[in-house]
Parts: sequence; structure tokens; C-alpha cells
Amino acid sequence: MSADLVGPIAYASFFLSMALMNGLVCLGLNVQWGQTGLFNVGVAGFVAIGAYVSAILTTPASNIHLGGFALPILVGWAGAAIAAGGASALVGALTLRLRADYLAITTFGVAVVVQLAALNAQRVTGGAFGVAFIPRPFDSLSSSPALYNMANLALVAIVVLTVYFALETLTLSPWGRVLRAIREDERAAMSLGKSPTRYRLQAFALGGALMGLAGAMEAHFIGFIAPENYLSSLTFQVWAMLIVGGSGNNRGALLGAAIVWALWTLSGLVISDLVPATYEARAAALRLVAIGVLLAAMIVIRPRGLVGERALVSRHIGDLDAAATPR
Amino acid sequence: MTPQVVVDGLISGALIGLGAIGLTLTYSILRFANFAHGEFVTFGAYAALALSAVISSQVGVSGEALEPFSISLALVLAVPLAMALTAAFALALDHLLFSRLRGKSEAISVVMASFGASLAIRAAIEFVFTSRPSYFNRELQIAQPIGFGLKATPNQLAMLVVAVALTTGVYLLLARTQLGRSMRAVSENPSLARVAGVDVERTIRFTWALGGALASAGGVMAGLLVQIRPFMGFDLLLPMFAAAILGGIGSVPGAFVGALIVGLAEALTVQLAGAEWRAAVAFVALVGVLLIRPTGIAGRAA
Repeated sequence: MSADLVGPIAYASFFLSMALMNGLVCLGLNVQWGQTGLFNVGVAGFVAIGAYVSAILTTPASNIHLGGFALPILVGWAGAAIAAGGASALVGALTLRLRADYLAITTFGVAVVVQLAALNAQRVTGGAFGVAFIPRPFDSLSSSPALYNMANLALVAIVVLTVYFALETLTLSPWGRVLRAIREDERAAMSLGKSPTRYRLQAFALGGALMGLAGAMEAHFIGFIAPENYLSSLTFQVWAMLIVGGSGNNRGALLGAAIVWALWTLSGLVISDLVPATYEARAAALRLVAIGVLLAAMIVIRPRGLVGERALVSRHIGDLDAAATPR
Repeated sequence: MTPQVVVDGLISGALIGLGAIGLTLTYSILRFANFAHGEFVTFGAYAALALSAVISSQVGVSGEALEPFSISLALVLAVPLAMALTAAFALALDHLLFSRLRGKSEAISVVMASFGASLAIRAAIEFVFTSRPSYFNRELQIAQPIGFGLKATPNQLAMLVVAVALTTGVYLLLARTQLGRSMRAVSENPSLARVAGVDVERTIRFTWALGGALASAGGVMAGLLVQIRPFMGFDLLLPMFAAAILGGIGSVPGAFVGALIVGLAEALTVQLAGAEWRAAVAFVALVGVLLIRPTGIAGRAA
């Protein structure tokens, strides 16, 4: 690799890794909102649960936060997915039988409380100091940023693609059909003997687990987490990604994540390059205005997003057509 | 634990209540949880701050504190104007955003739109006023004994009176006037209300205006009590939701009582566990209500 390519390649793989990890959160939200119509306003909270659980399970002993378990990274990731999925299941069990907005309000509360715990339960989470020295999967390569970032990108890509294909299969499976049936017409689904609450709970927990996994992966990629990584602006970003890309469509979720992440990163670069340091905080606020307006405008003007949902019934529907066509 | 908790709790409960009333009315009449309601609180506080500055510098009304309160005449004059301005702001937001989604798509996409609006408004306020906190008055008030071994500042007592008066006024408006009757009719059944000759659009506009004005009063109270910052309303959102659900969606007295309960629980928690856990109280209250009685205190079974 020639020297002048190292920088761009390192940066490109870093960017793509971040975009893909955001995409994974977005896929989780798509299971909840896109496929099932469940409104989660606490995305940042579930991502944070995953990040903290995995960090605490895998870090060496520390006198700042709970730790010393030094478990393998994969165990941390599994723990993250289980913890975030479990938290989602609890929230779902509490609210899914009630009005739809109560789920939104409760998830909003989860994000507030998780943020509060991350900041104040210092003996567990390290408080404002956060958790450092989180083991990184390819730490031995870290002397070469390009190699390290590429190895990471490969790992992230494998995980995200695996999840993507698994979700695509699920979407086409009877389970995915039931979810969409419940979303479209709850009563019709019930009349076929499907329990809406049970299926919604499963979808909500699955989505939450994916968010937790994404949070853990990002924590192990960067090596450090702190409460301010998981503010409500993260939730907004993920929603903007899904709405821009097209909710209900897994490819849309990944596309939206890449586009919004690119816009976000670019605007950050422009601000730090062009705006004097004294106005940087203000310019950053303006960036959030833009994302909020983008989200609201997209809902009004093009609610289906860039890609939009495919009208899916079953993958066997084509066979039926073929069978019905007279030869 | 000291009985002082009761005073602190009632005062923070009263300011939560002013916000919660607007929230519960929007929820029952427009049928969605408005996540931008916290930003009405913030907007109202900043509007009062800016207007009182304009009034004292341009009109020449004194910016000096009216003894024994630390509230200036300029601010007293600015509050009704700020309430009107926030009402107009709520109407503008409805016109630009929410009215376009009404009846067209799934109810929940309105919630999401309010979520986006909340972020955009908050960040815009931060852009204009920066994230540094502002104050109506930097003067320190001494708490005076008010009997039963309790103490309160003159400001706090004045706020409590204003909050109770506003809540009573809104309650009477809803219970006794034609407008109140149409609001209750629309919240019961919009189509039936329309058929019966109720001007649904006008009722909705009135709901927004009322909610915005009350939120603005709550914002001024929060500003006087603590400070004015872009996140002030956002931080009040969860307590307001908890109070509205605790009181039973659609019930004005319920929302106010719910807010007093949340305020008292917060004050108690601050005393027992430390101020940093205050924000968790509303969540615990919310989960408790949803577990035990999801329809709230004053609510009827769905």
C-alpha cells in the first residue's frame, strides 16, 4: 500500500464501520417501527445499555467503575444483546397492552433513566469519566491505523450483513407476515388466532437486542464510552436515518444510515473548518435544527422514505402466479 | 426528613402541573403525545426574558424588583405577552406541521413529527440564546417562616397562588363555558361533535393556544425558581407526562394533582437519595401508574 493512500483508506474504513454500526441500530429500529409499528423514543438508552454491559463484562479490573470480569469480547456482545433485549421485553410487557403512545413515553423515560444511571451510578458505570480500556478486537494491529480500521470494517460488515440477511429471511417468514398483518389490521390478525401483544413483544425485544449489540460493537471499536455518547440526539439521528432511508425496508435502513451519517460527518467537518471556534457550539446547534427539520419534513413530504417498503406477501407468491399462468 | 419537603414539592409540582394540563388537553383532544410540549415551556421562558428586557429598555418600565418579590414590573407585564406569544407559536407549529398530518396517516407519525420538532426548536433556541443559563433576576431571596415550621420565599408563594389560580380558571372554563363543552365533546368523539355543530378546527386551535399559554407560565416559574436554559422544558417533559397519565388523560384537575404528587415525590427523593436522582422519580411514578392503574386517578376504564 503506497503511503499517500494509507490515510484515506484508514478514514474510509473508519467512516464505513461507523455507518454500518449506525445501520445496525437502524435495522433494530426497523424491526420495531418499520415492521411492527412500535414507536421507540429511547433508542439511545438501549444502545447505551448494550455498550455499558459489554464494557463492564470485558474490561480488566478498575477502581473507577465496576469491572474486572475480563470476559472475552464475544461474551460481552452476547451479554449486551441479552441485556438490551431483556430491557426491551420488560418495557414491552409493561406498555404493549396499553395505548400506543404509552410505549413512546415509557421508552423516552428509559433513555432518561439510563442516562441518569450512567452519569450518577458512579461505582458501576464510572460516572462522567465513563469506561476506558475496553478491549478492542484487533488491538494487535493498532500500530497501523489503516490495517486496524480495515480489519474492524471486515468484522463489522460480517456481523451487519449476517443480521441483514437474517432479518430479510425473517421478514419473508410467516413470523414477519404476522408482524405486518398486526401492523396493518390488528383485528384481522386476531381473528386468525394471532396474539398481537405476543408478536409485538417479540419484535420489540429483537429490535432492542440489535440496538444493544450495535452499542457494544461501537464501544469495542472506539475503546472508550461516556454518558454523553448516548444523549437524545443519538435517538434523533437513528430516526432520521430510518425515515430518510425508508422504514419497513432493511436496505432502506442501511442506506439511510449511510446517507445521514455522511451528511452528519460532512457538516461536522465543514463546521470545524469554516466556523471560528467561538461559534462552534452555535453551529453545532444549527446542525441539530437541520436534522430535526429533515425528520419532520420527510414525514410530511415523503413518509415512505427514499427506498420505501416493498409490498411483500410471501416468497412463494411468485410460484402461485407461475402455477396459475396457463402454459 | 423535614416538613419543608412539602413546600418544595408543592412548588415544583405546581410548575409541572401548568405544563401537564396543556399536555393532557392536547393528548385527549388531538389524540397524540406531544413531545414538543417541553419546548413550549422553554420558548415561553425565553420569550418572557426577552420581552421583559425590551419593556424595561424601550418602554421605560422599571426593571427593579417589586419588594418583597424579586420579580420586576417589567417581567409582570411581559408574562401575559409571553403567554400570548407562546400560544401563537403553538398555533404556528400546528399549522406548519401537525395539521398536515391530521387524519391523513397513522396517529403515531404525528408523535414522531413532534419528536423532530422538539429537537429542532430546542436546538434553534440554543442557537439564538446559547446554552449558557440566563436568569430573570440574580437577587437571592431569603425564605420566610410561613407557620407550622415551614419556610418559603415570597416568590414561591406568589407562584403557588398564580398556578392554582390558572388551573382553577382552566377547570372552570372547561366545566362551565360553551368552549369547554366543545372541547370535551371533541375529546369524546370528534366526528360526533362535528355532526352536532361543534367547530372542531376552532376547538383544536383553542386547545393549542391554551396549552402554549399555560406552558409559558410554567416556563417563567421554572426560570424564576432555578434558571433558564435551552434544556429546561425537555427535562420537564417526563415529569409532565407522568403527571398527565397519573391524573388520567384529559382531566385538568387530575393533571394538576398528578403533578403535585410527582413534585412531592421528587422533593422527597432529593432529600433521601440526593438531587442527582430527581429525574428518575417521574419514571418510577410512570411505571407505577402503568402497572397498577393505567387509566390514572381521574380516568375512566377505556
